[in-house]
Amino acid sequence: MMTGTRRGIITGGAKTLSAAGLFALMGAGGSALAAANPSQDVALLNAALALEHEGIAAYQLGAESKLLQPAVLSVAVTFQGHHKQHRDDLVAAVKRLGGAPVPAKSLDDYAKELNAATLKSQADVLKLALKLERGATNAYLGIIPSLGASDLHTLAARTACDEAFHAAILANALGEAIAQKAPLFG
Amino acid sequence: MRSALGACAALLFTAASYPLHAAPPPAGNPSRGAEVYESHCGACHSLDANRIGPMHRGVFGRKAGVVPGFGYTRALRTSGIVWTADALDRWLRGPAQMVPGTAMGLVLSPPQDRADVIAYLRQQK
Repeated sequence: MMTGTRRGIITGGAKTLSAAGLFALMGAGGSALAAANPSQDVALLNAALALEHEGIAAYQLGAESKLLQPAVLSVAVTFQGHHKQHRDDLVAAVKRLGGAPVPAKSLDDYAKELNAATLKSQADVLKLALKLERGATNAYLGIIPSLGASDLHTLAARTACDEAFHAAILANALGEAIAQKAPLFG
Repeated sequence: MRSALGACAALLFTAASYPLHAAPPPAGNPSRGAEVYESHCGACHSLDANRIGPMHRGVFGRKAGVVPGFGYTRALRTSGIVWTADALDRWLRGPAQMVPGTAMGLVLSPPQDRADVIAYLRQQK
């Protein structure tokens, strides 16, 4: 029988970390996570997850715009697939920490937030995608110092590399000159 | 020898008098700040739309956690912070250290980048 005090402690903590999450952290596979601040990491990972939801929506808006040539559409769908894999990685990480993954908004909401009504050409779509990919690269690099668990540093760095790859392809498609000054990100 | 020791002592005294954390921030360039804002903040923020983060127009001098329609963390909503230049600099230097529990994690390490972004945001009224 759980006492009121013990129940209060556990239910209070469940706002950010479930009992299952605590159990997972205490398990043999959770040594890297146990040293961190899981509720803080959940908050940061959910912000990254929101970013991936938005990226997936942005490519969906581009794909449905009928502004993309078939070859460009194919690349956009491939990149969107990468973002879906990032989303799944982040969802898994949030759940592993005992948190609740933030859900995606509606496509209409993203269309308003991204001002999609102003997209009138393939170049407009690519410029929006490039802006988001560049920003996402810097965002992932920028949150590494804030993440507590070392395996999440790897996740963020790995994802940043994917975003940088996307940005490079998009910049090339738009005919942008290669930046002369390094570092290009961070 | 004595003068060398004296120079070292003077250097140590100077260093002790001006700890790194108290170094005055560099002057900000709002034009460059616009570029840094787009490349580093633009993934999550816009001036006029709540996205992953809240809209930023009017942020300078505003209380934290009050933009209508944005779902802030409790940590930021109850932080009592007012976004002065100093507060923004501390925030961009380490948001999770400044407000544990925040969902904002991006660290903008170069002091000049922070100063430029803050100068840019100051203009976005």
